[in-house]
Amino acid sequence: MDGGKKKGGNSNVVKYNKWGYIFLLPFIIVYAVFQLIPFVSTIYYSFFENYRSGLKQIGPNFIGFANYAELLSNADIWKYTENTFVMWVIGFLPQIIVSLLLAAWFSDPSLRIKGQRFFKTVIYLPNLIMAAAFAMLFFTLFADSGPINSMLMQLGILSEPYKFMSNTGSARILVGFMNFLMWFGNTTILLLAGMMGIDTSLFEAAEVDGATAGEIFWKITMPLLRPIFVYVLITSLIGGLQMFDVPQILTNGEGAPDRTTMTLIMYLNKHLFNKNYGMSGALSVILLIVTGVLSFAVYKFTTNQESY
Amino acid sequence: MDNRRVKTGASVTTRRVIAYIVLVLITILCLFWFYVLFINATRSHSDLTKGFTLIPGGNALANWNNLMHSTQPVLSGMKNSLIIAVCAAVLSTYFSTMTAYAIHAYDFKIKNAMFTFILAVMMIPTQVVALGFINLMGKMHLMDTFTPLIIPAIAAPATFFYMKQYMESTLPMALLEAARIDGSGEFRTFNSIVLPLMKPAIAVQAIFTFVASWNNYFTPALVLTTDKKKTLPILIAQLRSADFLKFDMGQVYMMIAFSIFPVIIVYLILSKYIVGGVAVGAVKG
Amino acid sequence: MKKKIVSIMLTAAMTATLLAGCGSTAADTAAPAAAEEEAAPAEEEAPAEEEAAHAAEEEAAPAEEAADDTAAAASDEGKVLNIQCWNEEFKSRVTDHYPGYEADASDPNSGKIGDVTVKWIITPTDDNAYQNHLDEVLPTNESAADDDKVDIFLIEADYALKYVNADPAVAMSMDDLGIAASDIADQYQYTQDIVTDSNGSLRGLSWQACSAGLIYNRDIAAEVLGTEEPAEVQEFVKDWATFNKTAEDLKAAGYFVESTVNDSYRVYSNNVSKPWVDGTTVQIDANIEKWVEDSKALVDAKETNTYDLWSDDWNKGFYPEGKVFAYFGPAWLINFCMAADTEGSVANAGRWGLCVGPQSFYWGGTWICGAVGTDNPTLVKDIMLTMTTDKAVLKEIVEKDSDCVNSPSLLGELAADTSFGSAILGGQNPYQQLADGAEKVDMSNISDYDQGCNESFQAAMKDYFEGKVDYDKAISNFQTAVKEKYPELSF
Repeated sequence: MDGGKKKGGNSNVVKYNKWGYIFLLPFIIVYAVFQLIPFVSTIYYSFFENYRSGLKQIGPNFIGFANYAELLSNADIWKYTENTFVMWVIGFLPQIIVSLLLAAWFSDPSLRIKGQRFFKTVIYLPNLIMAAAFAMLFFTLFADSGPINSMLMQLGILSEPYKFMSNTGSARILVGFMNFLMWFGNTTILLLAGMMGIDTSLFEAAEVDGATAGEIFWKITMPLLRPIFVYVLITSLIGGLQMFDVPQILTNGEGAPDRTTMTLIMYLNKHLFNKNYGMSGALSVILLIVTGVLSFAVYKFTTNQESY
Repeated sequence: MDNRRVKTGASVTTRRVIAYIVLVLITILCLFWFYVLFINATRSHSDLTKGFTLIPGGNALANWNNLMHSTQPVLSGMKNSLIIAVCAAVLSTYFSTMTAYAIHAYDFKIKNAMFTFILAVMMIPTQVVALGFINLMGKMHLMDTFTPLIIPAIAAPATFFYMKQYMESTLPMALLEAARIDGSGEFRTFNSIVLPLMKPAIAVQAIFTFVASWNNYFTPALVLTTDKKKTLPILIAQLRSADFLKFDMGQVYMMIAFSIFPVIIVYLILSKYIVGGVAVGAVKG
Repeated sequence: MKKKIVSIMLTAAMTATLLAGCGSTAADTAAPAAAEEEAAPAEEEAPAEEEAAHAAEEEAAPAEEAADDTAAAASDEGKVLNIQCWNEEFKSRVTDHYPGYEADASDPNSGKIGDVTVKWIITPTDDNAYQNHLDEVLPTNESAADDDKVDIFLIEADYALKYVNADPAVAMSMDDLGIAASDIADQYQYTQDIVTDSNGSLRGLSWQACSAGLIYNRDIAAEVLGTEEPAEVQEFVKDWATFNKTAEDLKAAGYFVESTVNDSYRVYSNNVSKPWVDGTTVQIDANIEKWVEDSKALVDAKETNTYDLWSDDWNKGFYPEGKVFAYFGPAWLINFCMAADTEGSVANAGRWGLCVGPQSFYWGGTWICGAVGTDNPTLVKDIMLTMTTDKAVLKEIVEKDSDCVNSPSLLGELAADTSFGSAILGGQNPYQQLADGAEKVDMSNISDYDQGCNESFQAAMKDYFEGKVDYDKAISNFQTAVKEKYPELSF
C-alpha cells in the first residue's frame, strides 16, 4: 500500500507498471475459477431455502433474508461468537507472549543462546501432527482414568477424577492449550523470519550505547517487526474466528458441555451435514462481515499509529 | 566483547539461565507428543486398551508388518501425498511471491483495490467454499484428479499477505531500480533477484503450505475416490473405520507415525533456511 | 491457525455402528415364507435388466449352484461391478467365501468374478464422507457410464432408511432383483425390518444378525450375586427394576453395574414403541425417557459413569481393576474388542459370561443393497443371495470370521452343539442366548432420522447426567441439534 511513495518521483517507472498486471494474472485467474465462483454461489444461495433431506433436495426456493433473520434472531449465534472469541484469547495470549519472548531471545546477540538451531526446530514440531492424532493423544492423557488425573490424585490435589472435557472452563482451556501448542511454533517462526531481515548491527550498536534488552526489544525490534507482527495478529484473528478442527475433534463435534465450546465454524459445519447451502451461506456471509470489520480495525490501528 | 560483559554481565547470566530453563521446558512440551506417539505405535491394540504408559511395548515390528501387508495402499498414499504437498508448496510460494511483488513493486490503477480485495478474501472460511468447490470440480470433470488439490494453491491469500509484509521490511525498491538500470527484464529481476532475497519467507511459507496440504483430509476425501490416488490422511481415516475384526489402534498409531516422518524430513531440510539466516544483511545498508 | 480440517475421532468412526431405535410399522412384505419350501428357485437367464427386473412371474429355472452359472448368465451384462463400501469387511467376506471370486494380486481393491471385474470403492465414514459420496453418485447412477455405475452399496442400520426410503429409489427392491420371499425366509425378521421401505418393499439384505446381550464379569457375579451361571445371573438383570436394584448391591461391594450409561442406551432405544419421527414431528419415546430417568439415578448414585463408548475410560472394565460388572454387547464385542489376547484381562482369563439381560437388542451389522441403475442385476442378485442365504457360506463365515450370522436354522444348530464353548466366556456356548435374542429384536419402529436423533440425544443428555444443565435445557439442546441436522423437523 505504500509502494507509491517510494518511487513516486520517477516517471519512467510507469512503463514498467503493466508488469504489475502480468504478475497478478496467475492469482486472479486461479482465484476466480477455484474460489470466487464457489464463493459467489455461496452468497447467492444464502437467499434460498436449499438443503438435502435424506437424498431429497429441498429447494432452492427464494426466501429473501429469511435465513439471515433466523440466524440473527437466535441467541445461539452470539453465544458461539463469544465461545470462539474466548477460546481464541485463551490460546492466543500465551502464544504471542511465548513467541515474542523466544524470538527476542533467539535474536538477542548478547544472550548467545547455544543450541538455537535445535530449539528453533523443535518448537514447530507439534504442528506436524495431524489435529486428529493430536486429539487422540489428548483424550488418552486427560481421560478420567488417564495419567494426568491419576497423577493429580496421587499428589493429593484431587480426591476423585476431574472431568476435563465436561467442564466449560477446563474444556475451553484444553482447546486453547492445544491451539497454543500447535501454533506457537508457527508464530515464532514467522516472527523470527521477520527478524532475519533486521540488521544485527543495529542490536550491537544499541548495546554498545548501553541499551537494556527491554529497550532494544521495544525500540528496535518491535518497530521493525511491525509488518510481520500485523500479519501474525490478523491471520491469528482470522484463524481464531475460523477455529474448527481442535474443538470439533476434542468435543466430538458437540461443543460439549452445553455447547460452550461450540465455535462459529463448528456451527457452520452442522449446517453442512445436510448440505444446507441456504443457512451455511448466510452464516458465512455474516462471518465474513464480522471478520472483515475486525481485521480492518486491527490493520488500521496497527499501521496508522505512526510512520517509520 | 569485554566491553559488553562489563556493562550487563550479571543480568545477562540471569537472563540466560531463565531462557535455558524456559527453552528446555518448552522442548519437553513439544517433544512429549512424539514420544507418546512413538510409544503407542509400539503397542498392540489390546495393550492400548489398558491405557497410557511411558514404557514402549514390544509390538512395533508386528504393527509395521500389519500395516505393510494390509490392503491399504500405504506406499502409493505416501507418494500421492508427496506429489500434492510438494506441488502445492512450490506453486503457492512462487506465485504468492509473484503476486506480492506485483502489489509491492508496481503502481497501477487497481493496485490498492486489489490488495484490499485479497485481504478480504483471506477471511472466507474454507468450509463454506468447499461444497460449491466440489460441485464445480464435478462440472469441470476434475474429480478424482490431483488438479483441484494442487492448482488452487496458486491463489493463497494468506501466503500472499505474508510475502507482502515481508517485502515491506526487506525488499528495497532501490535494488530493483538498480537492476533495471543494468538492463534486467522485469521477469528476470523477479526470478534472479527478488526470489533469492525472499528465501527465508519462502521457506517459512513452503513449510506451512506443505504441512497444511500434507495433513489435509477434508478436500482430498471429497475429491479422490480411486484407492491408488488417495493421500495418507484418507488412508488413516480408512484404517480407523476398519471393521472390528481388523480394527487395530496399534496399526493406526504406526501409520500416523509413518505419515509424520516425511514431514519431519522436509521440515528439517527447509528449517535450515529459516535458521541459517540466509538474507541477513544482504541488502541493508 | 490455518485450516487443517481433519477426520473425526475414533469414537465417531465407531459410533457409526451405533444403533437405531424406533421406526415405522413395516407392513409384512417379506412375509416369512414357509421354511419347508424347497430349494429356492434361482432365476437363470438374465435378459436385459429392465425386463428381468419387472418380470412379475418368474419363470423359475431349477437352481443349480447359482454361482457357477453366474459368469455365463451375466455375459450380456456389465463388465465392471462397482461396490461402494466404507471398510474392508465385506470385501474380505466375498474374497474368502464367494465361490469364484479371484482377488487381483496387484490391486487389493479389485478382483474378478468370471469375466466381470469387481471394483471396491472404499470411502471412510469419518466426517460423513461415505454418505456424502453415496449422495453424490446414487441419484445419478442410471445415467452414469456403464463401467462407472454403482452396482452394490453397503449401508448400516442407523441410516439405512435414508437410502431405503429414497424417492426416487436408489436401492433395488427384492421384487426388482427377482428375489422371492421364500429365498430369504431363513433370516431374522428384524434384519429385514431395518431395510424395508415405507411401502413395505424390502431393499437390502444382511448376512449378520448381531443380536447382543449382557456380558457380565463372572468373578463379580460370584462375589456379589452368589452365582455365575448365565440362567441365574439373568434373574438379577431380568428387567430394568431388578437391574437397578442389582446396581445398588454392586455399588455396595465397590463395583459399577455398567461402564457407562451409553452402554445401555441401545438396549432401551431398540425397544421403543414409537419411532423418533412421526411425519415431521420429533417424539421422545417413553422407553428413551426411561433411559434418561434410570441413567440419571445410576450416575447420581455413582453406580456407573458417563464415558463415551470406545474411550479409554470405557475400556477399563476389560480388566479386573476397572471394577465393571457388565457390558452390553454382541458376539463381535466379546471376540474382538475385549482384549482377549492381553494377559490380565477378564477375557483372557475366560471370566466373562453372557445372558440375555433386561431387554433384547442388537448392535451392528452391514446391509447389502443393489443399486438402482446397475448393469449387473444377475450378479448382484447372486452375490446378495449367496452371501446372506447360502448356509454353506454362512457356516464358513461363522467358522472363519466369528460373525453371528443371519440364519435362525444355522444358529439353532450351533446352539445345539454341546461341544462348542467360547474360551472367553469360560466355556459357555453363547449361541442359545444370541439366537433367542435375535428372535426377539423388533426393529419395526425405526425412522429415517435415527442416526441424527440418537447421536444428538445421547450427547445432550450427557450434560444433564453430569449435572451441567437441567433436563429441560438438555432437551432444548437436543432440539437445537436436531433442527440443525434436519431443518424440516419440528417438535
